[in-house]
Amino acid sequence: MATQDIEKIAKDFNEAYKNIKKRIVICGGTGCIAGGSLDVYKAFQTEMEKRGIACSVEVTKGCRENYLSLSGCRGFCAQGPLVSVGDIFYTKVKVADVAEIIEKTLLKGEVIDRLLYHNPANDQKSKTVADIPFYAKQQRILLADCGRINPEDINEYIAHGGYAQAKRIYLEMTPEQVCKEMIKSGLRGRGGGGFPTGKKWEFARIEPEGKKYVICNADEGDPGAFMDRSVMEGNPNAVLEGMMIAAHAIGADEGYIYVRMEYPLAIKRIRKAIEEAEALGILGENVFGSGKNFKINVMEGAGAFVCGEETALIASVEGKRGMPKVKPPFPAHSGLFGKPTVINNVETLATVAKIFEMGPENFAKIGPATSPGTKTFAVTGHIANTGLVEVPMGTTLRQVINDVAGGTTDSDGTVNPEAFKAAQIGGPSGGCLTKEHFDVPLDFDSLKSAGAMIGSGGLVVMNQKTCMVNVARFFLEFTKRESCGKCVPCREGTDQMLSLLTDICEGRGTLKTLETLEDLAKAVQKASLCALGKTAPNPVLSTLKYFKDEYLAHVVEKRCPAGVCKALASYAIDPAKCKGCGMCKRACPVQAISGNVGKPHVIDPKKCIKCGSCKSTCKFGAVKVGA
Amino acid sequence: MSDRFTPAAQILKDHNYDSAKLIPILQKVQDAYHFLPEDVMRFIANELGISPAKVFGVATFFAHFAITPKGKHIIRVCNGTACHVKGSAAIIDTVKKKLKLKDGQETTEDLLFTLECVSCLGACGLAPVMVVDDVVHGQVTPAKAEEFIDEVIKAEAK
Repeated sequence: MATQDIEKIAKDFNEAYKNIKKRIVICGGTGCIAGGSLDVYKAFQTEMEKRGIACSVEVTKGCRENYLSLSGCRGFCAQGPLVSVGDIFYTKVKVADVAEIIEKTLLKGEVIDRLLYHNPANDQKSKTVADIPFYAKQQRILLADCGRINPEDINEYIAHGGYAQAKRIYLEMTPEQVCKEMIKSGLRGRGGGGFPTGKKWEFARIEPEGKKYVICNADEGDPGAFMDRSVMEGNPNAVLEGMMIAAHAIGADEGYIYVRMEYPLAIKRIRKAIEEAEALGILGENVFGSGKNFKINVMEGAGAFVCGEETALIASVEGKRGMPKVKPPFPAHSGLFGKPTVINNVETLATVAKIFEMGPENFAKIGPATSPGTKTFAVTGHIANTGLVEVPMGTTLRQVINDVAGGTTDSDGTVNPEAFKAAQIGGPSGGCLTKEHFDVPLDFDSLKSAGAMIGSGGLVVMNQKTCMVNVARFFLEFTKRESCGKCVPCREGTDQMLSLLTDICEGRGTLKTLETLEDLAKAVQKASLCALGKTAPNPVLSTLKYFKDEYLAHVVEKRCPAGVCKALASYAIDPAKCKGCGMCKRACPVQAISGNVGKPHVIDPKKCIKCGSCKSTCKFGAVKVGA
Repeated sequence: MSDRFTPAAQILKDHNYDSAKLIPILQKVQDAYHFLPEDVMRFIANELGISPAKVFGVATFFAHFAITPKGKHIIRVCNGTACHVKGSAAIIDTVKKKLKLKDGQETTEDLLFTLECVSCLGACGLAPVMVVDDVVHGQVTPAKAEEFIDEVIKAEAK
């Protein structure tokens, strides 16, 4: 089918859009949906119908003055469900608020104070997105359209300049030029490795002509990372356009998007975008009349973290166990079904069209010269504004945590910058950063020299109540489970490291355990086959380096300073709070508690097995867990 | 061919008997049979002309595939990093206790519930997260987790 005139689509859309006086956008990202945003959407529909207010749910010729749409993830997940009416931005909206929003904000333009974002740091309320420090301090290039456009309407993407770059590239540029421009932009792969994207494309381009593939790696498996999910949910067409440009650059006619099955909404939106693009003739045969074809398939991952590794991902697309292979040969030379293949992650591909839009020279000027561009981070954990942020590469940890994300919080949620203990960056492959790294620029090279890695961009902030040994153990539990078992260092090494860490957490560790752990970690790092094994020891080594005292407290004093490791905790009853009800005495499985009714009870530490039953039974909070 | 294999045969046909599509095939078969029974896997291997070992190999490699029957209701507790630092371990403990699951046991004896601990659902902003039959619940506490299970039990009793 011949490609439809995208300029005309854009013009028609913009023309129709002029009818719209007010636009109501409800965040339809996974986070907000879990908070009930779809019910809010429905409530808006019903309420407007009931009141006879003219409202459209799609932009078409002659559409009405109010337009109600969902958007992709707007990144401010902890404040969801998010709703905006024109410029006015509401947080934590419930179905019960909808009638009032229509009555006051939509019809009269009044602002409802209680639904505005309240900044706990300065006790101020923000009326629009631009007033909220979380957004004001970001530089959103990749995420600019997420939350602004309707991800299920390809026309709106086109109206915002979408597919214009793909068209220009297919009709006016040679593959060689495209690769050159990409190299000039300096873009480095956002999946973790940081390999220059343009070079990767060039390697695949110079392979002899014939069948070639483009794969979009959307198997975002790092626990604590959701950048790719948000991009796919919020702007799926940007991913498709990036894949088209990559396909032209290397001469591929077929592509795969490998999405993890844990992301049903992203899968749905990507599939819908592909259908729409095919219907418009943007994807398929004779793309933009260039004589070239490009087809995209979606494959759902079946749940294996190692499939984020490119050779393992390829094996799984081929219908095999997802085990990595020795490189070289690199996929650019021999990839899917033995053909030259380019694999890029979602964020990388979604950036491509933006680079051509702004010009590679201008893109290269953002951030440090060796790692240009912006990077999205999923900031989670003990932090005021959990969510997705996009900042220029090279922004410091301090700026991200304190300025954008609103600062570290205590366990009860109050902001307390002093509570900051560490930030784990790059998931189970990354390392932890401490206060002394607050001014390290977040880019590929600076982080590497700090013993961490940018990874795909997960940033988990941890406060003083977190036990770093336990965190290292947590990551090892993950990598041990996800190790594919092909190479011995990773399969056996992660298992042994985990049992050593468990020994430490449960009070069986000695100084010798720490020594063995460190030696083993270094061996696994050196000898493993793929990046999963090579990076699995990072959490261990970096916590050993920066939190040695905490490890020593566990093995020498048999004490967990954060009070997390159950086996090392000591339980005691606060006589001032104890009412002598006897509940704990009855709950204790080893009769370690004694005391008379109405009098404060005591725990015999010699008999106590630290099960925690007394603490969970006590209604007065009298049982204290000490270090 | 017995009726038992009819759904599998249809799925194989839909995928052109292409052994490269083994994973999508197994995903569909699991949807149809709720898990991957051994005889069905042998049937698939036979039809695709590959060894049963290859099919079992793939089925046991990926976390999503189950080779034992799953419960009617699936409870997934996220134990990703963000959920972990916000206390998902306590929720997992509570659910296990509530469902009387032993260590290593995922499905209850009466096949009513299966508990899956997943690595990350990507809803970190709402940590800790628990999914009951595909409905995502955010900022869950152990008490809330018990309530969700009670609701399902109550609905079942009706």
